[in-house]
Amino acid sequence: MPNVMIRKDEAGKMTLYVAKRDLEEDIVSIEHEAEDRWGGEITLADGSSYYVEPLTAAPSLPITVRAKRGEAG
Amino acid sequence: MSVMSRDEVESLIQEVLEVYPEKAKKDRTKHLTPNDHEVEQSKKCITSNKKSLPGVMTIRGCAYAGSKGVVWGPVKDMIHISHGPVGCGQYSRAGRRNYYIGTTGVNAFVTMNFTSDFQEKDIVFGGDKKLAKLIDEIETLFPLNKGVTIQSECPIGLIGDDIEAVAKKKTAEHGKTVVPVRCEGFRGVSQSLGHHIANDAVRDWVLSARDEDDSFETTPYDVAIIGDYNIGGDAWSSRILLEEMGLRVVAQWSGDGTIAEMELTPKVKLNLVHCYRSMNYISRHMEEKYKIPWIEYNFFGPTKTVESLRKIASHFDETIQQKCEEVIERYRPEWDAVIAKFRPRLEGKRVMLYVGGLRPRHVIGAYEDLGMEVVGTGYEFGHNDDYDRTIKEMGDATLLYDDVTGYEFEEFVKAVKPDLIGSGIKEKYIFQKMGVPFRQMHSWDYSGPYHGFDGFAIFARDMDMTLNNPCWKKLQAPWKKTEAAADEAVAASA
Repeated sequence: MPNVMIRKDEAGKMTLYVAKRDLEEDIVSIEHEAEDRWGGEITLADGSSYYVEPLTAAPSLPITVRAKRGEAG
Repeated sequence: MSVMSRDEVESLIQEVLEVYPEKAKKDRTKHLTPNDHEVEQSKKCITSNKKSLPGVMTIRGCAYAGSKGVVWGPVKDMIHISHGPVGCGQYSRAGRRNYYIGTTGVNAFVTMNFTSDFQEKDIVFGGDKKLAKLIDEIETLFPLNKGVTIQSECPIGLIGDDIEAVAKKKTAEHGKTVVPVRCEGFRGVSQSLGHHIANDAVRDWVLSARDEDDSFETTPYDVAIIGDYNIGGDAWSSRILLEEMGLRVVAQWSGDGTIAEMELTPKVKLNLVHCYRSMNYISRHMEEKYKIPWIEYNFFGPTKTVESLRKIASHFDETIQQKCEEVIERYRPEWDAVIAKFRPRLEGKRVMLYVGGLRPRHVIGAYEDLGMEVVGTGYEFGHNDDYDRTIKEMGDATLLYDDVTGYEFEEFVKAVKPDLIGSGIKEKYIFQKMGVPFRQMHSWDYSGPYHGFDGFAIFARDMDMTLNNPCWKKLQAPWKKTEAAADEAVAASA
């Protein structure tokens, strides 16, 4: 269960950063991206994925959340 | 020697690795690669931030070096205690040339060494009492200090001293910030984890000090310079450019910096990150907690400096952008003159770099401005995100080496035959004795600054001074010279 930080980079793309794993990767898709439900399965550009327990509101980025390694990762 | 092809570089790597035992060879192969522009992610071609192999000569440091030497050390009005045996602090004292303004021993303490000088009894009975006494003594002897940091050396973690408790007690007693830093040397694989630990200590013990205090008058143009350690005055030659642009530099992290500046950094509008490797952690934290955006910039060489100044200006309004252009135009004649003078003397020369932090990629632009080519580069303690950023900067099929060993570096130099090497003090004399011009790119070889337009003039002069030094022609004894060379000498003297 690493802490991951999700932020928008200079170009406005969403990236996921895991300090402990030196991972800084573009996010390709997020399962839930609605105003009232945000999170779920997050797929990265390198094919790996993380699971974030869905939040009840869209957060203001950047945000640090607990995430589980996804199945593909 | 002309430019090497990808196959040649690959066979060179294989050739160099030939002498290693099978297991070591397998491990080292992953750290060496020809650059490939088509690779988007560095982790597909190079492995980094892994434990060095036992038995090879690595050039890395430890977590204590990363925290005390790099991040905390330059904070000038705090006293940094090397907590543990005396050697770690004494042998690294003042080696990094972080310039600062102040009276050493009165209100600034960067080049001094404070240590708890652990003896056997401290290891056996614990050193907390000694530490408490030491902090009291510091208060008596140096009353103008603005705070104390406790930089742990290896034994502290091993014997389980509670430096946090001492820190809290002494903070309450003296009313000054006391920061315990758990940067024991055995943590992590290199100094890189020390940077991270130091960043976390800033976050936990310093950064939020003025969260409730609005008395600081802010302007819309407040910025902080993050990750500039003022080596040879680098931060100063960067700062004047930003100030001429109309920005207000509230804090310098951490070269010539103070604890007050650090505490005020959460009030700025934009964080400018020069050394990404050592200070991205705190920048990311400030972005999350205080919503301060951060951008990376590069002040080596006019091309990159201009690019960075415009990038910084684009985050502000038109007055700043206009002033930015004015600043660029004002300095243009200066750097044009530098290039006109030195480029003809340096054109086409090939450079190999092996340094740490940001320089393996940041200085490439400065060499290119002088018509030189970087044919090999590598990080002592870089991570994947550093190599991601490097792949784009380097030419295709140039050599990349991570945590290169002394042996590998020498062999690469023998094969690639660069005209100049930029690395550290430990490499300097080996390569000079091999007859290769060398510049220390950690401490700018006792020169500097190299940042900004003013720094570029010094950079160009230094490279010329080293490369075109007449001594390189005198390395061979006269009686060992070939006839052709001897004839030439006679002709020259006639």
